[in-house]
Amino acid sequence: MTEDPILRFENLGVRFGPVDAVHDLSFTLRRGETAALVGESGSGKSVAMLAALGLLPPSATVAGHVFFNGQNLIGLEREKLDRIRGKAITIVFQEPQSALDPLFTVGSQIAAVLRFGLKLGRRAAAARAVELLHEVGILEPHRRAQNYPHELSGGQRQRVAIAMAIACDPQVLIADEPTTALDATVAAKILVLLADLKSRFGMALILISHDLGLVGRIADHVHVMQKGALVESGPVAQVTQQPRHPYTRMLLAAGLDRAARPATAPAPPLLEARDLGVSYTLRGAWFRPRRFAAVDGVCLTIPAGQTLGLIGESGSGKSTLGRALVKLEPARGQILYDGRNLIALSQDAMRPLRRDLQIVFQDPFSSLSPRLTVGAIVAEGLRIHEPALSATARRDRAAKTLDEVGLPGAFIGRLPHELSGGQRQRVAIARAIILQPRLVVLDEPTSALDRAVQAEVLALLQKLQDAHGLSYLFITHDLAVVRAVADRIAVMQDGRIVEEGLAAQVLDAPREAYTRELVASASFEPVNPNSVL
Amino acid sequence: MSAESHTVWGALRRDRGGIASLAVLALIALACLFGPMLSPHPYDRVFPDYVLTPASLAAHPTPSERDESVVTLAMRMHASVHLDMRSDGLVAVVTDDKPIDIRVLRALGRSGVLQPVDAPAVAGDGRRLEQPVTLKSEHFLFGTDANGRDLLTRVLIAGRLSLAVGVLASAVALGIGVVYGAIAGYLGGRTDALMMRAVDIIYALPFIFFVIVLVVLFGRTLVLIFVAIGAVEWLDMARIVRGQTLSLKRREYVLAAQALGASDRAILTRHIVPNMSGPIIAYLGLLVPRVILAESFLSFLGLGVQEPLTSWGILIADGARNVQSALHLLVFPALLLAITLIAATQLGEALRRAADAGRT
Repeated sequence: MTEDPILRFENLGVRFGPVDAVHDLSFTLRRGETAALVGESGSGKSVAMLAALGLLPPSATVAGHVFFNGQNLIGLEREKLDRIRGKAITIVFQEPQSALDPLFTVGSQIAAVLRFGLKLGRRAAAARAVELLHEVGILEPHRRAQNYPHELSGGQRQRVAIAMAIACDPQVLIADEPTTALDATVAAKILVLLADLKSRFGMALILISHDLGLVGRIADHVHVMQKGALVESGPVAQVTQQPRHPYTRMLLAAGLDRAARPATAPAPPLLEARDLGVSYTLRGAWFRPRRFAAVDGVCLTIPAGQTLGLIGESGSGKSTLGRALVKLEPARGQILYDGRNLIALSQDAMRPLRRDLQIVFQDPFSSLSPRLTVGAIVAEGLRIHEPALSATARRDRAAKTLDEVGLPGAFIGRLPHELSGGQRQRVAIARAIILQPRLVVLDEPTSALDRAVQAEVLALLQKLQDAHGLSYLFITHDLAVVRAVADRIAVMQDGRIVEEGLAAQVLDAPREAYTRELVASASFEPVNPNSVL
Repeated sequence: MSAESHTVWGALRRDRGGIASLAVLALIALACLFGPMLSPHPYDRVFPDYVLTPASLAAHPTPSERDESVVTLAMRMHASVHLDMRSDGLVAVVTDDKPIDIRVLRALGRSGVLQPVDAPAVAGDGRRLEQPVTLKSEHFLFGTDANGRDLLTRVLIAGRLSLAVGVLASAVALGIGVVYGAIAGYLGGRTDALMMRAVDIIYALPFIFFVIVLVVLFGRTLVLIFVAIGAVEWLDMARIVRGQTLSLKRREYVLAAQALGASDRAILTRHIVPNMSGPIIAYLGLLVPRVILAESFLSFLGLGVQEPLTSWGILIADGARNVQSALHLLVFPALLLAITLIAATQLGEALRRAADAGRT
């Protein structure tokens, strides 16, 4: 690693009207270095990078300097800037789906970059595109070059986006949350790929992320941003092991107890699924309907008063299973609850049981009706199950429940869009617990939240479980979370449960290869790129 | 934030464009409602002396109109008539070869330009009569039509009908369309397919054929126009609402309501329909103008309202035929229709903005 700086931020400031998005940001990126820019959403990390490349909307006011090889990029003319961005400095975005044009094959999209950037001929560009696909670890690059983006998986699409970014031999690659939209196992591989490409191509890498644990695995330097300002900078070992700023400590620990919960005594089953199956008829199959089994022959027992963690990658059928258990999806098989098979019950016969079985969804922005006030949302269950209650009594109960989830009573008249993500999730929890249910299905309840908020919501769920003896089915892809909350863990792959057991046993001594892979990819050990590829 | 600002109305009040268009619409509606009552000229009163008078602020009769009327008057009285300006006022001088019957002087009062004569005062020798008269003073701000009727009053009376059709027929379309589309979309599957094929079949019927059948069955009444237009326009609304329902019914807040055990009816009325008010209002903004134009089309074909009652559509068709000789016949009704439609679409847009303010 050489010591000469390639990119230097000097007192960079970005304002959107009265809002200070980035404030006095200064740091230096050296040739061949990997720097991680870490902070929660809204901390200004992405805005700072976009400002450096002149990609912000005109409403932003940018102050300060960003020197690239001694040339100030801020205020540089469009033509000169175009000679740098996309070639010498390139960027990979979070969502590979939206970064690729759905109408062109991935090969032609990479070739277009080469022809425009390096002025290669048609044939040479196509050949180089295939080579690049090979470089980013895509198998059968010749065939894959002919594929359209929708024919590739999320991880493959991100690899294609990276191939486009490195096509013109950039000196600096900026990766903006490159793994956030991906599953844990895929994310780990993408990180390894980035680290590997960096050393092979001799680039400098800026990694933007909200996950300090994740980027700490490949970064040399870490810069922590909070509310637009740099609060801590340093070598990765120093920042992750001896964090000085409380915000860094919060990001690192995120309030999660890394140790598994103490083992609990076996509890009697509250709800039992036997040979549960959910399948969909695929579209466009009129004469020969093809069926896709999202959940296939699942047997599952939810212990009373305890938490069953359900883990697996996206698309493994976790959410479908969770919904099927509370009869939100038409399913086959048996769901035994209270001596009855829920599958056989009609809508009307099911209604009185619904108050016992509630669900909280992942995205608090789509799980609350945008036009109803918080009070109306929380009290909805009372309207249905206790219709005798007067409006005032309903209001009182709603206020009491809001208090229980840690929201002030004044929130009762607010609309969901006036609330933050964490507050919205608390409202969703209040809606579920106002009827004093026995089972709550928690479908990734903390995945859409920032780390600090995540910890608060988990603590709240724990408190509610202790107070009301609730049983949880906790669906998540985040092993750190599941370790902190689950008594037992079930692992799901392709619609089936592949492993089930006590939390500590599944996480620490997994029996199945798939579970081992999941656990390994979520570990916090630094990876050595040379050993993996 | 206060509680009232949560409502659509609260958000609309802060929207300057929305308030302006609402004010314009209210002004036009009030003018159409009360204007004809306040106007000195009934909408069906014919002024034979002022045929196709152009629009102006000036008082009528003008000197040339006065002289023209006197010529007509003289022919009617079979005598020579001229008006003489004296120091004590205007005097009509009637002369003839034979002695004049004094009763002909009453004809002076029946002229369109002179005030009625109370007591004929005679002066002269029987072959020459002098009668003090006063000129009438009329204003035709928008001019008059080919029958000499005041266009301002007619435009206002036409606005009553056009606005009523616009509001009522849209309300009919809104009511049927939302209920039908939401039920089809929410129930889905075979019910949905069946209901939407029914919509397709009605869609395939020619509009005019449909209206003629209704007219034959029920006779020509004003109510029929509302029903006929509303009964056709709801089809689009149903399709839009069905599409919206399909996209909303798998939202997590709908699933959460299902998990709470809410009935289908409650889910539709509390969770689905309120959340698609944005597109519905946007479509209403397009629907109101379309309905007003559909009515004028029907009236043009003779299936709508008949003379002397009128609507903007009829007036515009009339004006378009006379565009070379009397531009004002086209300009004023068309201008009022255009202002109304622009205000309606702007209000629709503002309402949609206000309704969507709840989503970030």
